[in-house]
Amino acid sequence: MSDVKKFLYVNRKAPYGTIYALESLEVVLIGAAFEQDVSLAFLDDGVFQLTKSQDTNGIGVKNFSPTFRALGDYDVTKLYVERESLEERGLTEDDLQEIMYEDEDDDWAEKPSIRVISRAEMADVMADQDVILSF
Amino acid sequence: MKIGVLVSEGPYTHEAVDSAYNFVTAAIAAGHEVPRVFFYHDGVNVATRLSVPPQDERNIQENWTRLAKEHGVDLVVCIAAAQRRGMLDKNEAERQGKDADNIAEGFRISGLGQLIEMGIQTDRLVTFGD
Repeated sequence: MSDVKKFLYVNRKAPYGTIYALESLEVVLIGAAFEQDVSLAFLDDGVFQLTKSQDTNGIGVKNFSPTFRALGDYDVTKLYVERESLEERGLTEDDLQEIMYEDEDDDWAEKPSIRVISRAEMADVMADQDVILSF
Repeated sequence: MKIGVLVSEGPYTHEAVDSAYNFVTAAIAAGHEVPRVFFYHDGVNVATRLSVPPQDERNIQENWTRLAKEHGVDLVVCIAAAQRRGMLDKNEAERQGKDADNIAEGFRISGLGQLIEMGIQTDRLVTFGD
């Protein structure tokens, strides 16, 4: 077995209402130090985690959505979003915040981290992993 | 096979932690190795030594403590999740200026890195949650 494993963090829950989304992100940030091949998946209500213009003032909890934009600095650059989950909730890619990373293999060109894929493609992404953590 | 286990729901409200216990017991009986169980989210509440369930009910914490003793399973409680929920060992209680600690024997508090390390070092990582 090689030293680097493929880790997939599956986010299925809305960002607020339960703590799963926030504590998932905490695992991702800590896990980044281990230099594994990390991907994130967003499906079901998990797609709401990436929506832009989140405002949590009315519920008195921290808005942690800006943290997603820092993931590129942690070499976390693959954020797979399931198209069907977006459509089922009346969302499009335009409703998601822009999350970019600098590609060191391409002269540090800025590239989008979010990749909207179909449910069938999501199944392929999952099948390709060594470790899946579902939140 | 080396199996790592993640528990992500709390005791009594959810069956996940019971399923995890039954799974680990069965896996060890079948000759597998379970080096570590990691408790996250409300799963950290399993580790309190102050729970007093009715005598005709299972005692979830005691079951895990016994399992750790008999089979050397490393029971790790996430420190970030634990601190939010009032789970402190003696050192942390002193460091945070709290007047009590509540971590049961067999459990230890440590960081999320232990979860990632478990994923790297085991052949399978099995999650018990909702």
